[in-house]
Amino acid sequence: MSARSNILNKLRAGLAGTAPRPDDFDDKLVTEPWLYAPEDRILRLRTLMEAVHTEVHQLASADWPAKVQQLLDSRNLGNLLYAPGTDHGQQLAQHWQSAGATQDLRAYDRPIEDWKEELFWQVDASLTGSAGGIAATGSLVLWPDRHEPRLMSLLPPLHIALLKASEIEDNLYAMMQRQHWSAGLPTNLLLVSGPSKTADIEQVLAYGAHGPKELVVLILEDA
Amino acid sequence: MSQRIPVTELTDSFRDRAVGALADGQLRTNFRVAMDSLMQKRADAFPDEEEREGLRELGNHIKARALSQLPDLLEQLEAKLTENGIKVHWAETTEQANRIVHGIIESRQGTQVVKGKSMVSEEMEMNDYLAERGVECLESDMGEYIVQLDGEKPSHIIMPAIHKNRRQVSKLFHDKLGVDETEDVNELIQIGRRTLRKKFLEADVGVSGVNFAIAETGTLLLVENEGNGRMSTTAPPVHVAVTGIEKVVGNLRDVVPLLSLLTRSALGQPITTYVNMISGPRKADELDGPEEVHLVLLDNGRSGAFADAQLRQTLNCIRCGACMNHCPVYTRVGGHTYGEVYPGPIGKIITPHMVGLHQVPDHPSASSLCGACGDVCPVKIPIPELLQRLRQENVKSPAEQPQVKDGGAKYSPGERRLWGLWKTLNTRPGLYKLFLWGATRLRVLAPKNVGPWTDNHTAPVPARRSLHDLAKQHLNKGGQ
Repeated sequence: MSARSNILNKLRAGLAGTAPRPDDFDDKLVTEPWLYAPEDRILRLRTLMEAVHTEVHQLASADWPAKVQQLLDSRNLGNLLYAPGTDHGQQLAQHWQSAGATQDLRAYDRPIEDWKEELFWQVDASLTGSAGGIAATGSLVLWPDRHEPRLMSLLPPLHIALLKASEIEDNLYAMMQRQHWSAGLPTNLLLVSGPSKTADIEQVLAYGAHGPKELVVLILEDA
Repeated sequence: MSQRIPVTELTDSFRDRAVGALADGQLRTNFRVAMDSLMQKRADAFPDEEEREGLRELGNHIKARALSQLPDLLEQLEAKLTENGIKVHWAETTEQANRIVHGIIESRQGTQVVKGKSMVSEEMEMNDYLAERGVECLESDMGEYIVQLDGEKPSHIIMPAIHKNRRQVSKLFHDKLGVDETEDVNELIQIGRRTLRKKFLEADVGVSGVNFAIAETGTLLLVENEGNGRMSTTAPPVHVAVTGIEKVVGNLRDVVPLLSLLTRSALGQPITTYVNMISGPRKADELDGPEEVHLVLLDNGRSGAFADAQLRQTLNCIRCGACMNHCPVYTRVGGHTYGEVYPGPIGKIITPHMVGLHQVPDHPSASSLCGACGDVCPVKIPIPELLQRLRQENVKSPAEQPQVKDGGAKYSPGERRLWGLWKTLNTRPGLYKLFLWGATRLRVLAPKNVGPWTDNHTAPVPARRSLHDLAKQHLNKGGQ
């Protein structure tokens, strides 16, 4: 007998003569306490994200590439990892060229094995999009794919993410429903709610544990 | 090269360890401060009692529903994960689970493993198993890393190094890593970050636990704040997740309330920094992520608890640690006193199913039954009720067929006869009167030494007159 059948047989014996319990999931319990008027939604997200050291800016969508450049300038950073196959990646590259930005743009365009060491140690910052935001918990939804791989939001010490104001949902349940998550998920779906942190020593909060030390969210108000 | 990692040997009993812990002022301060703060954080995270109670009820129903169809859900999970390209393995014992994990590592000629925090891997003592076979298995959660570096075990399931203060961590890093001493927590964390980032880069295999396994979509959901979980599951070419069979839930939407209950109960956070949902290995056209993803489903006594409808509730647990944070016993004796992987109230009700009551005979009784654990449990496990049940199982005679592994560990024929005598005395009025008369008149003969009680208290002496006598006297005097 395999371990599998032994385990399943034992469990089935324990349930002999019983019926599965009904599904009485009540979505009101996970939505009603977490509903926001449109004008409060961004504020809620912003407040929660800032409470955990996220830097949040609201701006018009045409302005974000310049803002990214400015964020790098003010920190004196030398390079930026970006996703050339995305719309925002192309927009960034255009701006970089036209504005004569000095920082080195590094495209995530080859398998990690080809440049793992460099990605781990030599990238200063990254820019990614997002699949939306969640007001109730102050979270970004990241939906990594072949154009924008998952490590982009993890390895660089500074992660800059774009968030369209129109894609902020009230709560996680609403987001799941709106985007039909149960119909199909990517290999790695992520909720990110701030820069990496730990309180493992004396419960003292320290940022920059293993992931980004800084998270900057650019909310694009007309997008 | 790998090295054998020494592990604290715990040979004495719960009682001896408790005595030692109670006398350790530093340890008690570390726990008291931490638990007070965690309790406050949880309270602040649930400002609305009605909302909290509604959510706890829902959490309880979701877990009870999942358990009521557990074998079917496990099969659904397996089918869905397989469809997604994740390989599923089953293990009845920790030995089997270790063999599976080691087999996967061997198939890749791996020598270095990084591990995200996983209590199931602690159950397996995976670090030791792999070290004995020449594989270095490094903890990457900051707290776990600190504990491993010092050759210790975690003392709390969420905050593994809570028993240490910054001075102790500073000295440890200085001694083991050769860095300068510093009491700046940020600096200590940065030392950990640099050391471990190199390990993430080099690792052949990443190991993690699972918070919720979702049958509907074939998804492994992990929560964390540090990013080490994401590192362990994303950077190495192979990811092996290990989890208990009770972690499966039916639908994706089920995790919405469970997630909220988990992070608010554990740390008082509305959500953790990362919620990492893994539904497959790297696709052919993707640029990163592991080429292989495995899930090891471990039983290790869980099916034993499952067999009994009352004890089955133990498996509702989502490992938030709130029960220990609120436990007056845990706060005073600390996590190591329990001598097993899971300390505190949840440890007391789950460990007997894993290791048997012979190994943890004091677990069910190391509680004042104050009820705090049951009151805060996010999935409403009636912990005090289960402790009482385990106390009964603990003293059953073989003829009474205990329902728990090694039940009857504390069965004593002598004690049973004594209680029989006590019962006779209290159910026969004539005999009882005679006993009262003797106990009050011969009170000077009361024993001066009554076991552990008189170690710290004066011996009890019967009153001069029984309450019966006094009442009778009072009424005879015409009292009302």
